[in-house]
Amino acid sequence: MIAEAGLAALWLGAALCMLQLIAATLAVRGEAQLAGIVRPVAVAQAALTMLAFSLLIWLFVEVDLSVALVFENDHSEKPFLYRFAATWGNHEGSMLMWVAILGVAGAAVALLERKLEERTLLATLGGQAVIGLGFYAFLLFASNPFARLYPAPPEGRGLNPLLQDPGLAFHPPTLYLGYVGLSVAFSFAIGALVTRDVGPAFARAMRPWVLGAWIFLTLGITAGSYWAYYELGWGGWWFWDPVENASLMPWLAATALLHSVTVLATRDGLRAWTLMLAVIAFSMSMVGTFLVRSGILTSVHAFAVDPRRGMFLLVLLFLYIGGALALFGARVGTVREGTRFDPVSREAGLVANNLLLSAVLGIVLVGTLYPLILEAATGTKLSVGPPYFDAAAGPLALILVAVMAAGPLLRWRRDNLAPLAKRLAPAAGLALIVLIAVKFVAPSIHILSLLGLALAAGLALASVAPLWQRNLRRTPLFVWGMVLAHLGVAVSLAGMACDSSFTVEKLVAARVGETVTVGPYSVTFDAIDPTFGANWQALQATLLVRRGGGDMLTLSPQARTYWAPPTETSETAIHTALDGQLYTVLGKQAPDGRWQLRLWWKPFVTLIWAGGALIAIGGTLALIGRLWRARRRPQEVWL
Amino acid sequence: MKPKTQRLTLALLAVVAIIAAALLALSALKDQAAYFYTPSDAAKAHLQPGAAVRLGGMVEKGSLTHLPDGVTITFAVVDNAATVPVRFKGIVPALFREGSGVVADGRFDANGQFVAETILAKHDERYMPPEVAGAMHKSESLKK
Repeated sequence: MIAEAGLAALWLGAALCMLQLIAATLAVRGEAQLAGIVRPVAVAQAALTMLAFSLLIWLFVEVDLSVALVFENDHSEKPFLYRFAATWGNHEGSMLMWVAILGVAGAAVALLERKLEERTLLATLGGQAVIGLGFYAFLLFASNPFARLYPAPPEGRGLNPLLQDPGLAFHPPTLYLGYVGLSVAFSFAIGALVTRDVGPAFARAMRPWVLGAWIFLTLGITAGSYWAYYELGWGGWWFWDPVENASLMPWLAATALLHSVTVLATRDGLRAWTLMLAVIAFSMSMVGTFLVRSGILTSVHAFAVDPRRGMFLLVLLFLYIGGALALFGARVGTVREGTRFDPVSREAGLVANNLLLSAVLGIVLVGTLYPLILEAATGTKLSVGPPYFDAAAGPLALILVAVMAAGPLLRWRRDNLAPLAKRLAPAAGLALIVLIAVKFVAPSIHILSLLGLALAAGLALASVAPLWQRNLRRTPLFVWGMVLAHLGVAVSLAGMACDSSFTVEKLVAARVGETVTVGPYSVTFDAIDPTFGANWQALQATLLVRRGGGDMLTLSPQARTYWAPPTETSETAIHTALDGQLYTVLGKQAPDGRWQLRLWWKPFVTLIWAGGALIAIGGTLALIGRLWRARRRPQEVWL
Repeated sequence: MKPKTQRLTLALLAVVAIIAAALLALSALKDQAAYFYTPSDAAKAHLQPGAAVRLGGMVEKGSLTHLPDGVTITFAVVDNAATVPVRFKGIVPALFREGSGVVADGRFDANGQFVAETILAKHDERYMPPEVAGAMHKSESLKK
């Protein structure tokens, strides 16, 4: 009964979504009596999707094997956390989560948005309903999560062991909140294009929504990167895998949007461009969903290999992106000219930021889609990997960092180069010192890493410069947010450069009792023993690790075998020190009885994710600061 | 600057940025993209040593040997029509085994041996990389 109730809730939700669209459309066209029902309908629709999603979670936790999806992906021997999180560790469940978050995002706009002009808000909720309808249709016609199986099998097939990790409980929901949260920005843009109401008030209303989605996206990407790093056992934290790019592209667009919306809010500039970016950002989310969920890529993320689903998503993609661009093309001419600004000004710096972010986005998009399009068109198979992305996106990213250092030190409207140079001098000096020092210590360092380290140091100093000679107690929270977020980029960049240039790797075949040194650590291969867990057995190496004369630590990397489904994985063992991580992997046994061990000393690698967290914290402070200010000074809304 | 001039300047800048990014992307694509070859494709293609290549096929039964250092292996990738000798230093994926599908990223050395930098194998019992599935299918039909 629970599965049927879930399906019924979905159908009802789809019907309400249709009602939301019709009512919103008529209300925008002047049927004022309908305006009152749009908000309640949006909230009811969200409640129904959440109900359906909760029921699916219930089915997974209870391991109801009469539901096909539960049979395919669940197993009664799994711990509670993985039965719970397995709900979205598969195609249908993750699409239901997508729709549920979409519904909740719409309801949040309906309940919380008080600043937006009423007609634009109604049009926004209409836009949200249009997106919702397409994805309801995808769920109900091509990805029904509640399909029954008769007769019910005695046991489920289990979850892909690579996904059996606490990361599964955190990374997908966070990323989806970001992906789908961007739908709000998209719908805002649609709403503004419908009512031709674009200006600072609109931008101030849109900004918290963009910021919120961007924070979740940042957290989701950071968590995903760390998960891949420790789970895959390859020692890398970013592989330029199409699935990773699928999450990076919306982030790049959202980052650009976040900055352009500030220009619109503060100086009433970049009107059309901001709307365009809002359309692009969510379009990238949908492109990402298509890449990951259509089955055209094979990875741990791609659950479905059903061409009909791919076509369905592709059609949705073209309809939404094409429709939004058509609306943009038809209406953009009527959007009034924004305020102009000087070539040396904060606005100009933000334009440079936007251009560079867009260029990086384009490069990632080309590298991700080119192999797919080429194969579809000519049958030629090719893979585009890290060498392409590093060579093409790396230099632009470094220029972006340089612009980032200068941006916050520029004045709005009009500034001059000479005082800017004076304000930038300490940061530039520091960057130069670091450049020379690093080149001196490590003469063979790769140019991108060298520039990365130097620019990271310069950016770190330039990021905190806006606090200089300011009363820190009276500095607004959103300024703190910007400072922290920019500092986070510097921290993350420093981590990336350190990891790529100073990592020490040892790949050895060792007998029990042998000692290997890697970086500052000596690692003694003490023992290898069998061990087991709830649904796996493993071989576990005991490594005694010591740094100089310090304490002895034990690391236990494992080679695991799961039996449902039968899979072998390697579990890394990582020791985190203040200045880096020791990363150990147990490999295979060589024919002569020795065991392969792969050891890495990765100096300052943790800065990569610490920087990501800092960026998200900065975003959160900015969000709180903006909302706080809007509350205290409601009249600002009408400026 | 008049608003119109400013808009024009911005548009020009954007076009320049797009063109620069496109040029950067195309030149990097030309140098860095790795084409996918099956052993029989590779035999026909006369590949330059050092060019990035993605090789896919099946690990030939009985071809896997371990070198004395304990971390390097050699094996042959076949598609029932041609054979490529491969060398790999590292830890192979869990489900890498003789008679199973494999995709290797790497380069040919001057002696015609393929030096693999990374090896991808089946994730689990249910999953096979599409390239491998395609290559297997193709060589099956060649055999008939």
